[in-house]
Amino acid sequence: MFTVPTHARLSAVAVLAAASLAACASSDDATEAGSATNVDVAIVDAWTKATDSGMTATFGEITNEGDEAITLIAATTDASSMVELHETSMDDAGGMSMSEKDGGFTIEAGDTLVLEPGGNHIMLMGVTDPIEAGADVPVTLEFEGGGTVEMDTVAKDYTGANEEYVGDKDHGSMEHSGDAGSDEDHSGNDH
Amino acid sequence: MTEPDASSGHGTTRRRLLFGGAAAGLGAAVALTTDRAAAGQAAPVPDTTGINGAVAHLFHGAHQSGIATPVASYASFVALDLNAGINREALRRLMRVLSDDAARLMEGRGALADTEPELATVPAGLTVTFGFGPGFVKRADGPTPAWLAPLPAFGIDDLNEAYSDGDLLLLVSADDQVTVAHAVRMLLKDARSFATLKWRQDGFRRAYGSEVSGTTMRNLFGQVDGTTNPNPGTPTFDKVVWSTDGWMAGGTSLVLRRIRLNLDTWDEVDPTGRSFSVGRDISTGAPLTGSRESDEPDFEATTPAGHTVISPVSHIARSRPVEPHEVIFRRGYNYDVPPSGDGVSESGLLFASYQADPVRQFVPIQRRLDEADLLNTWTTPIGSAVFAIPPGCSAGGYVGETLLA
Repeated sequence: MFTVPTHARLSAVAVLAAASLAACASSDDATEAGSATNVDVAIVDAWTKATDSGMTATFGEITNEGDEAITLIAATTDASSMVELHETSMDDAGGMSMSEKDGGFTIEAGDTLVLEPGGNHIMLMGVTDPIEAGADVPVTLEFEGGGTVEMDTVAKDYTGANEEYVGDKDHGSMEHSGDAGSDEDHSGNDH
Repeated sequence: MTEPDASSGHGTTRRRLLFGGAAAGLGAAVALTTDRAAAGQAAPVPDTTGINGAVAHLFHGAHQSGIATPVASYASFVALDLNAGINREALRRLMRVLSDDAARLMEGRGALADTEPELATVPAGLTVTFGFGPGFVKRADGPTPAWLAPLPAFGIDDLNEAYSDGDLLLLVSADDQVTVAHAVRMLLKDARSFATLKWRQDGFRRAYGSEVSGTTMRNLFGQVDGTTNPNPGTPTFDKVVWSTDGWMAGGTSLVLRRIRLNLDTWDEVDPTGRSFSVGRDISTGAPLTGSRESDEPDFEATTPAGHTVISPVSHIARSRPVEPHEVIFRRGYNYDVPPSGDGVSESGLLFASYQADPVRQFVPIQRRLDEADLLNTWTTPIGSAVFAIPPGCSAGGYVGETLLA
């Protein structure tokens, strides 16, 4: 859930990050986050799959520009009431399925976390307002130790990223159990 | 690694080579370009780089690419109609996404969320140019330039809606058809929440490397076509092409006419008759009063019998400017598609001209050709569209921002 405490943790660093990523035509420009929160990352190619409602996902490349390992432990966004960090793997049947990444994603100094369709991603569930192609979708990344970074993503139409979700814990009223046809498109699934 | 824009001739760096391996012979190309600029002529420039897949033009700039940039071998003109309910806010989202796609693809990398980024690695001089039809500007609640409307009807026209008009134009050109196909598909995928495909017209010139870059194109009549074009990078070109008006400042207009060439009846005309109809030697492109393509035609010169050497109803006599401002910049392509019916060919010209104001600059020429032009015997305009080509944008901006922001 996007909560007030999350807002409170947004620092000056996040504002800077948002300013330099504001325009889509320059989204290759790396976002530089300062050291105020001990999180120094550069983000490129961040995007969110457009959807009318239900589930979708955010992708991008996050490079740890600091000297020590950092761990992405959570993400929040106004666009979704429930956000999880997911990994994708091949299931017993040979299909790709995704599940929540326990403990988050650790990024060693100098390494890049690639969030991409068919791989690791930030899962957005419970989307009620349409995420329209070309819209700005800001996502707040939360790192271990309390640092946060604002990641500006742009919504893109995309018909892939349909891995089945095999979440193993209760997501409230979400249907997510990997039944036939279950995928990130889940239009109307946010009941 | 940079190379002066081969067509601008004044050293602006719009053309780049992505890979070091393609730079062999670069020094020679630069030297030739400089010589040509000094002479102030559009002499053909031999391309000594050999492999051109890495050639990349800049998307960002005061003007959109694909107009003053060197003309590429292949072009797709794609027109879209906007969906119901697409408003100014949605158009802003659309143009931001498309501009980002174009900028990335022209750099030789996949668009954001590109499912086939591997196909983007050979830009081959890719340019993407966006144009707005009257419907687009209306949805944007913007002021519509007085000239942004279908051209007046001409007697020679036999227009088909399947090749005419449209709300949004995507013009994609490159020296490689795989690159064009990928870029067109990427752009269309990102436009499909906003618009539907109205028509697509594909054109071609000589393949890259088949002849010296800058050689005036021949159309499928065999006619040297485009001799008197203004040269990009010159004050004349800037005055002819670029608008200075409001949100269009730095932009231009495109007149696209699909002109069917009746090759079957043209076959019946001998070379003398062909040359007489054009006013130029069909073989060399030289005016009938000269010996070289670059020679100025002498419309007053007469034959011993007292007739003008260049017929007053020849194509070049009718299309020459009467008023000084009746000048356009042509950048057309051939088309050749499977015929329907009994003929063996369905061929023609994607006549494309750029000018600051088509009503002032293009229409008077077209009116004269409509009244009389020997070439009309074998040519028929079957499609027609006018688009506003807005100015370019800087990194961080998007094409259309002067209208939509």
